[in-house]
Amino acid sequence: MLGVNKFVVDDEQAHIKVNKEICSACEPKPCTFACPASLFSIKDQELSFDYAGCLECGTCRVVCPHAGVAIEWRYPRGGFGVHYRYG
Amino acid sequence: MFDMAEEKFTAIVVGAGPSGSTAAYLLAKEGHDVVLVERGTAPGSKNMYGGRMYSHALNRIMPEFWKEAPVERPVAQETITFLNGGQSVSISCSNMSWATGPYHSFTLLRADFDAWLAAKAEEAGAMLACGIRVDELLIDGGRVIGIRAGEEEMLADVVIAADGVNSLLAQKAGWAKMFAPSQVATGVKQIIELPAETISQRFQLEGNNGAARLFVGDCSNGMQGGGFLYTNKSSISLGLVINVGELQRCTVKLCDIMEDFKSNPHIAPLIEGGEVAEYSAHLVPEAGVAMMPQLYGDGMLVAGDAAGFVLNLGYTVRGMDFAIASGEAAARTVIEAKARNDFSRQGLSRYLDLLKQSFVLRDLEAYRKAPEFLENERMFKAYPKLVTGLAGKLFTVDGAPPVHLMKMVLGQIKQSGISLIQLARDSWKGARNL
Repeated sequence: MLGVNKFVVDDEQAHIKVNKEICSACEPKPCTFACPASLFSIKDQELSFDYAGCLECGTCRVVCPHAGVAIEWRYPRGGFGVHYRYG
Repeated sequence: MFDMAEEKFTAIVVGAGPSGSTAAYLLAKEGHDVVLVERGTAPGSKNMYGGRMYSHALNRIMPEFWKEAPVERPVAQETITFLNGGQSVSISCSNMSWATGPYHSFTLLRADFDAWLAAKAEEAGAMLACGIRVDELLIDGGRVIGIRAGEEEMLADVVIAADGVNSLLAQKAGWAKMFAPSQVATGVKQIIELPAETISQRFQLEGNNGAARLFVGDCSNGMQGGGFLYTNKSSISLGLVINVGELQRCTVKLCDIMEDFKSNPHIAPLIEGGEVAEYSAHLVPEAGVAMMPQLYGDGMLVAGDAAGFVLNLGYTVRGMDFAIASGEAAARTVIEAKARNDFSRQGLSRYLDLLKQSFVLRDLEAYRKAPEFLENERMFKAYPKLVTGLAGKLFTVDGAPPVHLMKMVLGQIKQSGISLIQLARDSWKGARNL
């Protein structure tokens, strides 16, 4: 579904960073279900996250049981990220 | 990009959404130096919502704005549908006067509309600076004096934080707490393209009239939330809004719930043959006054989604009219503060009065208990089941022995697991709080 969107991916900076240690220990990992773009997944028992298709909604930041600690959340740098043509 | 370190603005408006652009437009019109800072490369490129704006707030500021604004369709038909498996019950209301001047509400797309509104601010004399993410507030002695974006610093008498629901500026100032998951909802939406004539025929709409539909029941997997559908000129905005507190416990992917919604037998025929053109997501402030940050203080005002100004009553969902009116109140506050050259907390306290005099805080106060009422899980599970079950019985003829209405209703209520006392209490609360 993300393929239809227009993105300008920032290859130099990830705007969202996850803390591998805290996230691996997190039991429910609600981010893997709640992220509308489904960018959080479990690979080799570790949380894997790809910021490239981010819709910049902020759901992960709020849904995280370790909010404020496990996820370092910012908007992409100016000019980068999703570019809605409809909205 | 541009050097304005030496210059000091009257106002820096952060966020070129409806709230920020309205504030910048009104300030610039009065001749004030105002810069409108937007992180997207074009205003609107980061913004999404469900699909409809009630006209009243903007019409007061720009009379008959629809003559030039990129709106899609005036809404002439409202429908609420209860979904339960293969069953559904709809309550529909059409009003042709909604689709003649002064148009009651319009469906519109934010990329076009927000760009237009920001251009109005620019035309009025505001400086529009796009592609700039504001990183920090500049604070001096507890007073906001400007912003920092990358290496760039800008100074102003006042900063208007219209930076959206995530409200990083209000949080950085310590004016807003990080909201609780149950205070916000995640909205997801697909734009589904269809020919304009197909949409008009499918929804039985005359000419360019539009339809707005809300769905409650199993579209949200029983979670607090619901579905929406708005007809644009040649596309449909279809989506779901689900409370994040609920999502925290959900073990089905939200994007899969959205796909299930699309294949629901009551939805699929409406979008049949359509092409998905965009998939977007956004948070929606849902807790009303309970999540309101500090709205004004030394050198800063908070407006729009950043202030939590959204009102969802279940049958109407409003955000843009609140955003516009709060942007207007912010601008008027700054104009008065400038005349006295007092941008202190005291000097900006007029903002609260103006919000209370306008519908913004009046309506949010009047419906302060609505969010709590809508947290009742019976609204999303038992009642849709009850309504669809009852209507299903009413319209079924299958040779079974007759059951009079009273017995039918009581039987269905019993089956739904809702006690008569609960039903009475919910009806009473609903009638009082919505």
